[in-house]
Amino acid sequence: MGDRSLLVELGDEISPEVNRRVMELSVILMENPIEGVIETVPAYRSLLIIYDPLKLDLVMIKTRMEDLQKKIGEIKIPEPKTLEIPVVYGGEYGPDMEWVSQYHNISVDGVIQLHTGTTYQVYMIGFMPGFPYMGELPEGLATPRRETPRTVIPQGSVAIAQRQTGIYPVESPGGWQILGRTPLKLFNPLHSPPTLLEMGDLVKFFSIGEKEFKQWQ
Amino acid sequence: MAVVETIEVLTPGPLTTLQDLGRFGYGRYGVPPSGALDTFSLRAANLLVGNNENEACLEITMFGLRIRALRDVAIAVTGGDLRPFLNDTPLSMWTSLILKEGDTLSFRGMKDGCRSYLAVGGGFFLTEVMGSRSTNLSSGFGGLDGRPVKKGDIFTAHSPHPHLETEGRWFPQDLIPRYIREWRLRVIFGPQDDQFTEKAKTTFCNSPYQVNPQSNRTGIRMAGPIIERKPKVQESIISEGVIPGAIQVPGDGQPIIILVEIVTGGYRKIATVITADLPLLGQIKPGDTVTFEEISLDEAHEALREMEEKIKGFKEQISTSA
Repeated sequence: MGDRSLLVELGDEISPEVNRRVMELSVILMENPIEGVIETVPAYRSLLIIYDPLKLDLVMIKTRMEDLQKKIGEIKIPEPKTLEIPVVYGGEYGPDMEWVSQYHNISVDGVIQLHTGTTYQVYMIGFMPGFPYMGELPEGLATPRRETPRTVIPQGSVAIAQRQTGIYPVESPGGWQILGRTPLKLFNPLHSPPTLLEMGDLVKFFSIGEKEFKQWQ
Repeated sequence: MAVVETIEVLTPGPLTTLQDLGRFGYGRYGVPPSGALDTFSLRAANLLVGNNENEACLEITMFGLRIRALRDVAIAVTGGDLRPFLNDTPLSMWTSLILKEGDTLSFRGMKDGCRSYLAVGGGFFLTEVMGSRSTNLSSGFGGLDGRPVKKGDIFTAHSPHPHLETEGRWFPQDLIPRYIREWRLRVIFGPQDDQFTEKAKTTFCNSPYQVNPQSNRTGIRMAGPIIERKPKVQESIISEGVIPGAIQVPGDGQPIIILVEIVTGGYRKIATVITADLPLLGQIKPGDTVTFEEISLDEAHEALREMEEKIKGFKEQISTSA
């Protein structure tokens, strides 16, 4: 992309297998750093590498990356963390719960059961610091984005869109359907790493009440 | 080294933030680079007052900042001409000068460009967050607790005194960029240019696009002839990393130049502005027109080398005259 980055594509779909290849290549690159690389952004199916074009030329970095790609499948990547995330579902915490429940013609409890009944993989962190893109949502819960995005979504909002679920780490605008809210803090700029979740982590949600939510805070 | 008070903010203007050259290495956590939009002007301002070129500066948007010196300090104002005044006299830009204790500096309006950079000799005493002093407004960290500058803020610096000796240092007149209202930005096509029609690419390169008022540090939004996708190509793509300067085209066919407050995106990118032209993006304002010109990768890198030579030449000039 442009005169200073290389977008390495490792597949053309959202899937745990493709995403794992991205993760592996990202780890391989960290273990075999290339002088002149400024930043890497791993995503669903691609790894963006931003470099200083005065130190590194495109042919050089392409060749290096092709070599590193050969190591995919040969390395061990750190075991993913599994996190259980408490969520108050519905009501003022999940303003789109009613709409989602009607859209699928299932009860609110049914939506909660579907959402808490699956273990999700964190495919990438993006959009804003600490926002985890997680999948896959059960097919019965696949929901389009809101037609009109909200201008303000509270911190900790747990939301869904298509076959993905995510959590807004800080108050922001956004177009996903909000099912509930977690009291956990997903982003702390002073911590290392700064995010609660990292690419590859596994996540399971569980339902809590409003009282517990307040105690957590 | 003592930390001393240097300047006090009397009025902040619509948006003034602290920025350095940006925050790198945290893209995997969704953390964008932030940092000065016009890095050329920020580097020049710092070098003028004897700072490291990555020191934080105030990035002043459009107008309205008014500050008072709490002691004698060396300052330099670069970037867009926002009609800076020293007390009641117009102030010279692109030069190091002294604010005497009690002097006020005010930015009275937009003459050329959109953003001014104010460097203070000795810098701003701030804690680095993830390796940078740049302000990230949307997540609220960096700079001054992640917020814009406000009335009553008092800045401090380590040993501003030795920087007073830079008084009278000038940035070479012929190296100062010209800020116009009709911009010609050089681009490299890709990474998804093949998903637009041939006609769309011609349209993109031959039409003026007008900058919308909704533009901010996240992106420059523009309006002009529609850039069409090929038939059956969906509006959005699977989200992927993006860089500042990438030009994404959402469903409405109107281009947006991505700036420094985002690291991933889900729209197709037809082209990317070359690195050497990125500083100009900080000076484009609503109502300006932009046209795009395709160049080769070699030409892009040559342009970057030329820009770096300017900074290098100025650094050499400083070190030989010191």
